[in-house]
Amino acid sequence: MPSLKDLKIRINSVKSTQKITKAMKMVAASKLKRAQEAAEAARPYAERMEKVLTGLGASVAGQPGASPLLIGTGKDDVELVIVASSERGLCGGFNTNIVKAARIHLRELIAAGKTVKILCIGKKGFNVLRREFGDKIIDVKDMSGIKKLGFADAQTIAQEVLAMYERGEYDVATLFYAKFQSALVQLTTKQQLIPTPLPEAANENEAADELGGAAYDYEPDETAILDDLLPRNVAVQIYRGLLENAASEQGARMTAMDNATRNAGDMIDSLSITYNRTRQANITKELIEIISGAEAL
Amino acid sequence: MTDTLHYEIVSPERLLKDAEAAMIVVPGADGDFAALPAHAPMMSTIRPGVVEIFETEGGTPERLFVKGGLAQISPAGLTILAEETLSLDDVDLDDLNKKIADTREDIEDAKDDVERAGFEKELAWMVALADIVAH
Repeated sequence: MPSLKDLKIRINSVKSTQKITKAMKMVAASKLKRAQEAAEAARPYAERMEKVLTGLGASVAGQPGASPLLIGTGKDDVELVIVASSERGLCGGFNTNIVKAARIHLRELIAAGKTVKILCIGKKGFNVLRREFGDKIIDVKDMSGIKKLGFADAQTIAQEVLAMYERGEYDVATLFYAKFQSALVQLTTKQQLIPTPLPEAANENEAADELGGAAYDYEPDETAILDDLLPRNVAVQIYRGLLENAASEQGARMTAMDNATRNAGDMIDSLSITYNRTRQANITKELIEIISGAEAL
Repeated sequence: MTDTLHYEIVSPERLLKDAEAAMIVVPGADGDFAALPAHAPMMSTIRPGVVEIFETEGGTPERLFVKGGLAQISPAGLTILAEETLSLDDVDLDDLNKKIADTREDIEDAKDDVERAGFEKELAWMVALADIVAH
């Protein structure tokens, strides 16, 4: 039976923990708002890019000399798996879910006899993955110094990824991240980056519709435009993934901290009841002692 | 026929402009071209250069430096997917010249062709920008 003093100390410590989790929840909520705005602001560019690619890709894909970013290297022996996670913990199952999805994919690839290379963005994912795939991790991108994620940050990563592709270091690149749905729901998403998957247009007409149904003049020509566009698309996709990831992280943290605050509240309640009962029991005990002492006289 | 051209300038980070203009001069990869209302549909890559937005005919243009990207003219208007834009007022020429020199050194020291190509691309837009600012 803990003494009254011990109970008081425990109640106070849970109370201060609750204050911290409450503050963290509010911080996460305001960061989430900003992250969501950034993700929304990036949407128009990605959408327009997709439209252009759909229209162009359909007409170029069949031609010889199309960019390897579009048609691939013709092999799929080496796969680069990019795992985006967070830099900081205390965000519930956020990192665990991403890593779990990545791990399943990695094990499948290894079982199929393929070579895998792993690029970690964010050190939380790296810390878990290195236990099982330590020798396969080629690089870890530290994002902790970045306050506000800009396109330039994504572009730096994209340039490295593309340079490795051009040197023939891998055949396929896949990106793992958490897509933001709501503060409660984040979908772990696997997305193929290279070769660029073209959104399927049902037929030629639909592809033309994407471009406004008009016959276009191309300057310099379709292939050249596509060659220029595809590398940029990789950067845009990475940027979008990272933005979604950032919003998801804050959403997950907000939910986790909300739960923690509630748990702390429950704990304070039950500790308070124990505290009051103990206090009552002590008083009763003292009374009995006095009464029985008086009776004995 | 409408007498203004609807245009949008979009950067990866956000929608920069969404408005009407009388004419827009775009630095296309094969040469500058002016987009006027009801221009024939076309698509062109952009070289590093200045996009000039004439809100009214014969007025003073708003000048915006674009590092590269894609311009698409559709019946709905002009869309510029810009890689990155800079306002010309923000450019410090001395600083830029230093960066150009640095990048030239980087090209010398580049380990392989892939790295060199990356630096050369950087150099291209910096030189273009320095040219425009100096004049």
